[in-house]
Amino acid sequence: MTETAIQFEHVRKSFGNEVVIPDLNFKINQGEFITILGSSGCGKTTTLKMVNGLLKPSAGKIMVNSQQISELDLVRLRRHTGYVVQQIGLFPHITVAENIAVVPRMLQWDQEAIKQRVDELLTLVQLAPAEYRDRYPKQLSGGQQQRVGVARALAANPPTVLFDEPFGALDALTREKLQEEIKQIHTALQGKTFLFVTHDINEALFLGQRVMVMKDGRIEQFATPTEIVSHPATNFVRELLGTVQQNQALWRDFND
Amino acid sequence: MIDYWQQNSAEMLIDVQQHLVMVGLSLAFALVIAILLVAIFLRAKRWLAGLVYFFSLLYSIPSFAFFVLLLPLFGLGMQTAVVVLTIYCEYILLRSFITGIEAVDPQLVEVSLGMGMTNLQSFWRVQLPLAIPAIFSGIQVALASTMAMATIAATINAGGLGQLLFEGLQGQQVVPILWGTILTIGLTLGCAGIVGLIKWSLVHSWKQVVD
Amino acid sequence: MTQQIIQYFQNNSSQYWQYVGQHLWLCTSAMLIAMVIAFPLGYLGSRNKTIANFCTLFSQVLRIIPSLALLFLLIPFLGTGYWPALTALVVLAFPPLLVNTILGFNEVSPLYKEVGSALGMTAQELRRKVEIPLALPYLLNGVKLALVEVIASATLATYIGAGGLGTLIFTGLGLYDMSYVVIGGVSVALLSLLAMIGFDFLISEVQKNDRNSNSV
Repeated sequence: MTETAIQFEHVRKSFGNEVVIPDLNFKINQGEFITILGSSGCGKTTTLKMVNGLLKPSAGKIMVNSQQISELDLVRLRRHTGYVVQQIGLFPHITVAENIAVVPRMLQWDQEAIKQRVDELLTLVQLAPAEYRDRYPKQLSGGQQQRVGVARALAANPPTVLFDEPFGALDALTREKLQEEIKQIHTALQGKTFLFVTHDINEALFLGQRVMVMKDGRIEQFATPTEIVSHPATNFVRELLGTVQQNQALWRDFND
Repeated sequence: MIDYWQQNSAEMLIDVQQHLVMVGLSLAFALVIAILLVAIFLRAKRWLAGLVYFFSLLYSIPSFAFFVLLLPLFGLGMQTAVVVLTIYCEYILLRSFITGIEAVDPQLVEVSLGMGMTNLQSFWRVQLPLAIPAIFSGIQVALASTMAMATIAATINAGGLGQLLFEGLQGQQVVPILWGTILTIGLTLGCAGIVGLIKWSLVHSWKQVVD
Repeated sequence: MTQQIIQYFQNNSSQYWQYVGQHLWLCTSAMLIAMVIAFPLGYLGSRNKTIANFCTLFSQVLRIIPSLALLFLLIPFLGTGYWPALTALVVLAFPPLLVNTILGFNEVSPLYKEVGSALGMTAQELRRKVEIPLALPYLLNGVKLALVEVIASATLATYIGAGGLGTLIFTGLGLYDMSYVVIGGVSVALLSLLAMIGFDFLISEVQKNDRNSNSV
């Protein structure tokens, strides 16, 4: 039987008077690749940030590995939860290797283990360690920077990794390549839970084993890509799929 | 000029030494206080802004008036001078520290917290190192203005290079005034150079890459 | 000491106001001359890199020359009294005025200038209606900082015989009579604080207008 990695129970979140998430419930199993799809302001990033405690729910329970996070030490939780953001957020004043080593160092791994881990991860994200280890983030292209961002999130071998529109600022070709790679990484690492926020429906359907479609802080549908495409649960989901079909129709016209 | 130096070099060196001690102490006190204040009020921006405005008001008080108004409290001599100069430095340092730290991308701070840094770790490892260039420029400005202002402290018997200026004024001689000016400028440039070197040694590995 | 202070005002109030008058006149005339020179120069500096570099260098050099030394060094050339003091104060007012004028005009977004030109404004209209109003908060900030500097240095001008409120402090220190020192010190401090708070208020008012007009 699979274990539950992340669970939201009647979670509500408001900023001042504005309710962003009225009542959110879902369960994610250990090892799943989940994408959260929605337009900006739908509460998807808020949801993600509540998983590692950067935001606190106004009401309700959030469980990570069957422990309620309000009772966990947040700093400890975050050191064991990978976090990748759209702005990449590599620290500009330290090298690529030092960026990847931030969490292992805080966990007091020994030097040799850290060095080994950095090289292993750089290889995993397809950057030659000897060439990139000692560079500064500004000396890399956007795509390379985000590979380092992914490597940094995986550094301490966390069971859960959170992605906040990580490829949103990259050009289309790089984005597609990184999507392929992140999918391979998930398969290769086995048993890691990936929670991936995006506003790109193609990305969501391609990457997610299950896709959570959100609108106005509510879940419209939470199902496998096949299920969503064949049985859209609401009008909103149908409209979303419509945009893809429109696109495809456009391409068919071009090809004719 | 040379004659004057040969005749008075012993006293002039004492003036230089007093000047250095006065400025060095003020700057050191101000630095420690600034770091403490920023670390304490880092997450209380409004307090910090209020504090800066308070110091800006003190800063606007003419130094000559400030020196003499503290005489009843601290008496004639260097201690009064150091108190006043520390307050002036405090404003310059606090302002440059805060601008420097606020200029650090908030996204980086959020990421550092998201990776499991504590507030304090995020301050020491991310915000402070990235703010170093701005902080050190602030120190250089504070240094220059304190060096210049310390000459006025001669009026309250605090010694320093201001004594040469007043000696020249009273004796109607240009030479000691020139010496006082040259030594003050030389001292300022020398110390600013040292501060610049420290800054360089701290950031040279990454600064160029980031710019 | 309160007694002595009250006594001073009873017996010497005309002398006190004479010092205040000298102080204000010295500061005002120095500020006016400095502004007439620094504003156009700073405006040119925002256009021309060489002028800007010259202004910055000049300001940096001035910052490390003690104002006391500057005052004293003028004596051999200009003697003592009002004129050398005025000269020194004008020079001391330059750095904050120049730096902030250049900054202010540089901060005016080229977008507004472009829109202005597109609406058919001449260069002069553009200056009057777009650039100067938008740079105004910076200009005022420069005036504030210069004024604080000038009021402070004018206090020292008593040493070169230009009178002013510094004379009270100077006399008090000589006689070791704290009542003179306190009257002089507090007056100058108040003058400076008033100037500072007044300009801060003015700047916030100007910026408030800016925000309103932006939102419309």
